[in-house]
Amino acid sequence: MKKLKPIVLTTTALSMLPVMADSDENFVMANIDPDWRAECSECHIAYPPQLLSKQSWGAVMSNLSDHFGSDASLDDETTAKITAFLLDHAGRSRKQSEPVLRITETRWFKHEHDEVREVTWQKADGASNCAACHQGAEQFNYDEDFIKLPR
Amino acid sequence: MKHHVYLILLMASGVLYAADTPQSMMERYATEAKAEQSDFQGFSAERGEVFFKSTHGGDWSCASCHTSVPTQSGEHAGTGKTIKPLAPSVNSERFTRLKKTEKWFKRNCNDVLDRPCTAVEKGDVMTYLLSL
Repeated sequence: MKKLKPIVLTTTALSMLPVMADSDENFVMANIDPDWRAECSECHIAYPPQLLSKQSWGAVMSNLSDHFGSDASLDDETTAKITAFLLDHAGRSRKQSEPVLRITETRWFKHEHDEVREVTWQKADGASNCAACHQGAEQFNYDEDFIKLPR
Repeated sequence: MKHHVYLILLMASGVLYAADTPQSMMERYATEAKAEQSDFQGFSAERGEVFFKSTHGGDWSCASCHTSVPTQSGEHAGTGKTIKPLAPSVNSERFTRLKKTEKWFKRNCNDVLDRPCTAVEKGDVMTYLLSL
């Protein structure tokens, strides 16, 4: 029965977006923007927009020429299109005095990963490399059932 | 009838999409290079190779991510993601979309040189990559 859950989610739970229940981290998105998917997965996997707030995505997208130490600039039209998609699917969060720009520094991420040992982070080649453990990351599936720790 | 229209549109879009080639880009950069340097004598694979492997006073070179053997896969210096080979002889997707090529020259030149590349530099690097 448990296996049915993701399927049920895709068909009935779209209205629950952007925040999903903790145990079902399968980020289902209606109308995925193809530019977002293509551009944001060139240097890393496309991180689900639900993982940062509107405020944070706004700050990230307004400074792409210095994107965590490298230039990830896009033309204005593509930037505007991707920003709209991200804001549309952004997660909710309390008002922040300073927007958190790194997903790995959000309270949610730290809480979800508080049991991960240092040696595992090292083997995963850093916390930004979701797919090292989350086998379904490229399909936006972060369900616990699809985790395989690196050896 | 409707299907025929779609088919024609599809074929036309395919032609437009595939309009860029390494050669057409080289011609474009050569035109720009002549405007940059009145005594421009053509691109050089040797200059391109030196440029590709130099750090230009910063921490990174092109080779930092693309390796000094651009017929091989590289790795993003920050994220570790695999980068497919740059040399068109082993990766025919390279230099087939001007918009994409220009996007990456803009980003990577800024990262490596802290300024945009000149047309001569772009043409030299491409000549080097096409020689492999």
